[in-house]
Amino acid sequence: MRAQFVLSEIGIGLRRNLTMTIAVVVTVAISLALFGSGLLIRAQVEAMKDFWYDKVEVSVYLCGESSQAATCGGAAVTQQQRDEIQADLEAMPEVDTVFYESQEEAYAQFREQFEDSPDLVENVTAEALPESFRVKLEDPTQFAIVASAFAQRPGVEEVQDQKALLEGFFNVLNKLQLIALIIAGVQVVAAVLLISNTIRVAAFSRRRETGIMRLVGASNLYIQLPFLLEGVLAGLVGAGFAAGALVAVKAVLVDGQLRPNFPVIAFIGWSDVLAILPWLFLTGMLLAGLSSFVTLRRHLRV
Amino acid sequence: MIRLEHVTKSYPTSTRPALDDVTVEIDKGEFVFLVGSSGSGKSTFLRLLLKEEVPTGGHVHVAGKDLHKLSSWKVPALRRSIGCVFQDFRLLPNKTVSQNVAFALEVIGKPRSVVDKVVPEVLELVGLDGKGKRMPDELSGGEQQRVAVARAFVNRPMILLADEPTGNLDPSTSVGIMKLLDRINRTGTTVVMATHDAAIVDSMRRRVVELSDGRVVRDQSRGVYGYGA
Ligand SMILES: Nc1ncnc2c1ncn2[C@@H]1O[C@H](COP(=O)(O)OP(=O)(O)OP(=O)(O)O)[C@@H](O)[C@H]1O
Ligand SMILES: [Mg+2]
Repeated sequence: MRAQFVLSEIGIGLRRNLTMTIAVVVTVAISLALFGSGLLIRAQVEAMKDFWYDKVEVSVYLCGESSQAATCGGAAVTQQQRDEIQADLEAMPEVDTVFYESQEEAYAQFREQFEDSPDLVENVTAEALPESFRVKLEDPTQFAIVASAFAQRPGVEEVQDQKALLEGFFNVLNKLQLIALIIAGVQVVAAVLLISNTIRVAAFSRRRETGIMRLVGASNLYIQLPFLLEGVLAGLVGAGFAAGALVAVKAVLVDGQLRPNFPVIAFIGWSDVLAILPWLFLTGMLLAGLSSFVTLRRHLRV
Repeated sequence: MIRLEHVTKSYPTSTRPALDDVTVEIDKGEFVFLVGSSGSGKSTFLRLLLKEEVPTGGHVHVAGKDLHKLSSWKVPALRRSIGCVFQDFRLLPNKTVSQNVAFALEVIGKPRSVVDKVVPEVLELVGLDGKGKRMPDELSGGEQQRVAVARAFVNRPMILLADEPTGNLDPSTSVGIMKLLDRINRTGTTVVMATHDAAIVDSMRRRVVELSDGRVVRDQSRGVYGYGA
């Protein structure tokens, strides 16, 4: 196999079909960029889960004087109920730590959280905010066990899982990921059709050469390799653009915009992006290589 | 070298078989003319030898191989032992004479050193020394056909197939090409040539196989083009 010969054939082929090649590169780039975005979103969800699941708590709100819940019976929680609830919480194997937050502490926290809205702070008194136990679980997914054990207990107004709030957010991200992957899938189909068409046109425009090659006994590999490598090269260039787009998203959008504006949220790091890039190139190569290969089998027979 | 046993070839799109129960044996080093009116099956005969087509019935043996049993990945090796020349030359218009000949070697993976040595030799053999740098459209038809012969012969095949190689050439140029094919034949290469050119067949006095509607109607050593001649 003479590398120089094959390379010059590839060069000739790519130049002859420049517009088609560009179309292939663009389609592959878009589909892979979307595919990569889907993977990035998943990495983002994972990063947030790692970060938040350590911190999320189950809040067991206790009855106040004005609580409406049936379990409260119109009265505030008694000292005895409070002590029992705390003891029972601490006794549960699923529970890691229990921390009591009084109405005054809740109020202080509230004031700090809404210090930009003095109107709101002025209209709320410590009595209006419920006291609560903040429970950290060994395993944040075990919320249901705590909820079923305490939700119906006298003196407990409500058991709230902070994770549920996060889950709503994750659901949005997961839907985004799904949409990105679906569009990527449609683009992959378009890319496969374009590549197969490009190879067909290329094979047709070089039928003189390939006809002579067959006559003088060139092997299938030798005849098809330049076409195959053309496809793979276009796929790799497309993957290169997609990789560039993802790096730009990470640098400009995530690091430049989101991170400064949402300092409390954990964002994907460069290692997440780097882990995705090889998959883009591999997918681009296989996508182009396989669709070229199948087309060649049908259109460049010995 | 070449043996056809009761070979029948029907194309799916036509009702009449292109070759009908053809049995012919050609020995090593022979020179055979394949004659017959248009559509009698000459080109089909040659295509079967290259396994470009497969027979509907019967067996084709080329260079000791039963083509029926030859697996598709061995077909390139078969074709390397057969050179081909056509009426329309089939040169690559964007390559020089030397590059056209070199192409046949490059695509079968011959190293540069061999190509550089062999191409000038074969160009000299066909009488084109000094014209290696010309483009095909800067050559006469006869010269272009010489390039095609050079390309077919550069790999020193055992068999040379020629399908109306003089079909586009005037009589005196044709004689030149025939002398060349005769010289190649004298090196031991088996030559099978399909032709309509009565003058050439009559002057060469070689074996003539005549086809008519896909059947062999005459097989004559030292024959002529037609009975009347
Ligand atoms: N690819 C094909 N598909 C269908 N029929 C074909 C095909 N090639 C040849 N034929 C038919 O087979 C018959 C023999 O054709 P072939 O080309 O072998 O004749 P030929 O002797 O070479 O003619 P010519 O002297 O005009 O070149 C003809 O009837 C032709 O129509
Ligand atoms: Mg013919």
